[in-house]
Amino acid sequence: MNDMIAIYALVALLSAPLGLYIGRALGSKRTRVDALFGIIERPIYHLAGISCHQSMTWRVYALAILKLHVGLILLAWLVFMFQGVLPLNPDGVTGMSWDTALHTAVSFATNTNQQHYSGQAQLSHLSQTLAIVTLQFLTPATGLAVLVAIARTLLATRSANVVKGVGNYYQDLTRSVIRVLLPLAVIVALLLTWQGVPASYQAAHQIEMLDTQVEEVQSIPLGPVASMVAIKQLGTNGGGWYGPNSSVPLENPTSLANVIETASLTLIPVALLFAIALISGRRRLMLGVGAVMVAFSLVSTSVVVYSERMPNVALTELSLPGANLEGKELRFGTDLSALWGSWTTQTSNGSVNAMHDSFNPMGGMMLLMDMFVNVTFGGVGVGLIGFFLYLMLAAFVGSLMVGRAPELFGKPLETREMRWISLAILAQPLIILGLSALTVAMPQTAQNSNPGFHGLSQVLYEFTSAFANNGSGFEGLSDGTPWWNLACVVALLIGRFLPMLVPLAVAGWLAGKRTAPAGRGTLPMDSLAFMGLTAGVIVIVNLLGFLPALVLGPIAEAVVQGF
Amino acid sequence: MLDTQLANKPHRSPPVGQIVTGAIKGLAPQLLARNPVMAVVAIGAVVCFSLTPVAFTQSENGGFALAIALLLMATVLFATGAESLAESRGKAHAGALRKTKGELTAQKLNADGSTQSVAADSLRRGDRVKVVAGELVPADGDIVKGAASINESAVTGESAPVLREAGTDNSGVSAGTKVLSDQLIIEVSANPGESLLDRMIALVEGANRQKTPSELALSVLLAMLTLVFLIVVVTLVPMAAFVGVETSTVMLVALLVCLVPTTIGGLLPAIGIAGMERALRANLVAKSGKAVEIAGSIDTLLLDKTGTITLGDRRATEFAPCQQVARQRLRDVAFLTSLQDPTPEGRSIVVLATEQGVDSQLSEEADGGTFEAFSAQTRLSGVDLTSGRKLRKGAPNAIAAWVTEQGGEIPGDYEQVIARISRDGATPIAVAEGKQLLGVVALSDVIKSGIAEKFAELRAMGIKTVMITGDNPITASAIAATAGVDDYIAEATPERKLALIREEQASGRLVAMVGDGTNDAPALAQADLGLAMNSGTQAAREAANMVDLDSDPGKLISAVEIGKQLLVTRGALTTFSLANDVAKYFVILPALFTASIPALGVLDVMSLHSPTSAVLAAVLFNALVIPALIPFALRGVSVKAASATELLRRNLLIYGVGGLLLPFPAIKLLDMLIALFL
Repeated sequence: MNDMIAIYALVALLSAPLGLYIGRALGSKRTRVDALFGIIERPIYHLAGISCHQSMTWRVYALAILKLHVGLILLAWLVFMFQGVLPLNPDGVTGMSWDTALHTAVSFATNTNQQHYSGQAQLSHLSQTLAIVTLQFLTPATGLAVLVAIARTLLATRSANVVKGVGNYYQDLTRSVIRVLLPLAVIVALLLTWQGVPASYQAAHQIEMLDTQVEEVQSIPLGPVASMVAIKQLGTNGGGWYGPNSSVPLENPTSLANVIETASLTLIPVALLFAIALISGRRRLMLGVGAVMVAFSLVSTSVVVYSERMPNVALTELSLPGANLEGKELRFGTDLSALWGSWTTQTSNGSVNAMHDSFNPMGGMMLLMDMFVNVTFGGVGVGLIGFFLYLMLAAFVGSLMVGRAPELFGKPLETREMRWISLAILAQPLIILGLSALTVAMPQTAQNSNPGFHGLSQVLYEFTSAFANNGSGFEGLSDGTPWWNLACVVALLIGRFLPMLVPLAVAGWLAGKRTAPAGRGTLPMDSLAFMGLTAGVIVIVNLLGFLPALVLGPIAEAVVQGF
Repeated sequence: MLDTQLANKPHRSPPVGQIVTGAIKGLAPQLLARNPVMAVVAIGAVVCFSLTPVAFTQSENGGFALAIALLLMATVLFATGAESLAESRGKAHAGALRKTKGELTAQKLNADGSTQSVAADSLRRGDRVKVVAGELVPADGDIVKGAASINESAVTGESAPVLREAGTDNSGVSAGTKVLSDQLIIEVSANPGESLLDRMIALVEGANRQKTPSELALSVLLAMLTLVFLIVVVTLVPMAAFVGVETSTVMLVALLVCLVPTTIGGLLPAIGIAGMERALRANLVAKSGKAVEIAGSIDTLLLDKTGTITLGDRRATEFAPCQQVARQRLRDVAFLTSLQDPTPEGRSIVVLATEQGVDSQLSEEADGGTFEAFSAQTRLSGVDLTSGRKLRKGAPNAIAAWVTEQGGEIPGDYEQVIARISRDGATPIAVAEGKQLLGVVALSDVIKSGIAEKFAELRAMGIKTVMITGDNPITASAIAATAGVDDYIAEATPERKLALIREEQASGRLVAMVGDGTNDAPALAQADLGLAMNSGTQAAREAANMVDLDSDPGKLISAVEIGKQLLVTRGALTTFSLANDVAKYFVILPALFTASIPALGVLDVMSLHSPTSAVLAAVLFNALVIPALIPFALRGVSVKAASATELLRRNLLIYGVGGLLLPFPAIKLLDMLIALFL
């Protein structure tokens, strides 16, 4: 309980100052931060040949993102396939199969970090540091960049603030990495190293076992673990150095390390509320957005915590009834596992300190719902962007209900915008339900460990996790097969780029339109009623889309075994 | 204001047969394809029909499949029927307005000046026709020669004759109106089938109607939701099979139909048509559906002072004597000068004097006197009595000059009195007898009763009002303050109006204005909503996107309300439709799955009779909600003057929360009824 309070207190205390710092660091106003980091950034711009003062239209901005990501995916794909012959491979790890390598490359390039392999055993140090960690920095930075671009245009309170175009992607990207992610990651990495997380380029330790009957030598892989864990937590990445992620003591050695890592899950996503309030000047709006997010988060976490305190039905006959400790790290117990589980799914992080597959059905369902919603703080940058997508839908209906032609921040929402917003919202059920249905229609491809309701939950979870760019797994699937790899690649790419780029496009389109000044007759977007409407839209869209699947999966499982 | 206005117009209820035929005609595949939501329902009905024989032969529940098929059919018919009803109501109004037109003949003027009798239908734009007293105007047009009094009751319902004259801002005439005096040469302004009314009829014709911009955007959203639910239901089949649950196709079709937004999807065309029809009922002819819709989003109203804020004529309100003049003497002299004055101002002076107790015998004094009428040169009028008294009234400086000419002096406080009256927003009329200047009569604009409350309402709704007047700034500001407008433009010219519209638009506002003159045309075209008076010139009527048949500038406010109503109705019913889905899930999901997974019975929160009755109840509710809401769709959801925040809160509560809760008891009730027959 003390740890839980400490975690909440840490996030509450640090997010405001961090957010204000991020707002200054990434905003358009010149600050002292510019002078400090300019020293590092100018050579980078110079080397990369970027003229960062050139503002891009949303199209050019989006195209720059896509081009960079295609390049990164290709590079990572090649590194994973050929890591066996590349340097920095002290443990002699062999290359990945083409499909697992592709899935891994896409998964990390989409800030998902879904792993169809086991980290420490199947990746060389080169793969981990060059490919994985690079992507773990660049992907949250891209989310931040797009968010700031949207805040500059769509949320700008005075039209005079709107520069031509939405900003410069390369500048936003560089600033996000240099000014926000790197310094924070350094601090957290140092703290974790102090707590005992490995930070080394040595080969694996070979340990002689005391009980020689079990195994003669145990290999304990090492590496620059602390730095990777820091950014995987902070950047809503989630992919750990070791297969069992933060449940393994090497990644999460102490109670304090667990507090730091859990707080890091939500730190930046919460801080961004303050940052965007500062950049856009829309304080009341961001307060409302924050209130909806906090409400969703508290409900989700309470349900998961409650659910995991209930006994596990499978174990009731074996022992004294108690909390559900199956698949939990006993050092943390159920509450801290439940908190991590609900936060990691809310923020699209996906790192774990317990086995989500072993959560009780209601807890597991809540994790699924967190990922359907995916804007309860959400991933770095993309969480708020996703929220804006729902906000657009709510603004459309809300404007009509106050008797005005649909408007967003006073700018007309017309058929073109609605077509793309609709498509971005439609994509989620289409991809998740479509791929899940295809998979269960071909049971030989799924190869689940569980048949029936729980088996369906596993399949649903895998695709939801991919589309939500979460990356956590229910596991129990032989997911290293071409079907799983390729199907997930589709979900990963669409789930990442459509919900991120559509709001950017809408921001770009709306920037060129008239802005009706806010008044008594315009939709009050910062009012309690509108935030209620937005929350309602989020709940209804997700509930209506996924309730039947949930009924056949976790709900059936829960009611059949009596919760 | 709007409701009472509309209530005065009798509802012609269209024949039931016509609506039913319209509803059935609406089932044509190419018409259904325009509405994806209803197309899905229709396809569902076809699927259930085709499954019925199989179900009967395989001793399954064939009756259930048939019942669902029939209910789905009914759902579609309710939707097409709603559209047909709205359409026939709209056509009834428009049709009545142009009923006489087809039977008219016209005296077409040839190039050589001779006339030739032709059918009104054959007149083309640019043709000239001659109309003499007692004849009906054969086509919409502009008077190019002559002036006449016209009875426009066929168009406006108002029987008092109006004056229309060539070369003025009142040169427009409408087909079907009757010339009472004189004769006119009229230039026809529209080809057959292109007149204002023809265009309006096209707006209420379901099949050929153009969707308005926000209707189009909403249709996109509804199509997306329909697709989402199609995906949900289709993917449910393999998922259910995977967990060992058999699904019945009829049940799945029922689930799909209950989930897709049938309520708003079915009523959307009717709402649009009804909006146009409401405009038409207020005698507002819109040239496009977009014009009605945009009226709802107007931020700034430019209102003409005369006719909108004030009654057309000024009235005497005060006698203000100069020092050492008795008020009674001023009153009596003013009374005498005005007895033979035919102008409304003159008459109002007589009225005021009588009210203030003038001796009725006094009028005999004026008998036999010589009346001097007002002229633009002298700017004064008056009477020379048989007793030799010379009485004059008129513009202050003209009277001052006349008095000086008579050898009199100007009282010291004369300027002060005039200044005070001007400051109050009134126009001073000076009164003199011989060489003595007696004082001033104040002529005030009479502000329409209730207009201040109207502006307060508009302000509450966030709409800025700007008064446009030709008065000087002092008078204008006084009237603006009394009427409660937000801003005013004094000494307005058409150029000033145009500049103001551009200025407001540059700051992102949507602007509406009223105009009737040719020089108003650029501003009418520039405004987002330009409302022309039907009596106005052809140029004005062409530049505007809405024309008021009653030529009442105050109608602009009604136009805004009709537009808002249209948009709110769409938003409210969309919310209602979506909120309904939650309850339907709690009905159909247990019904679908409890046979295979009995434990899922806990989801059946309403403990319905049986899966069959539950699904029938849900589908029946889904169908019945459409006709139940037709009155809402046709009448429009009320937009009582309220700020956006209040409107949002109220509509969310009624249509959101209400829509969430209402289906639970309603479906339970229907289920109990159905259980009686099973």
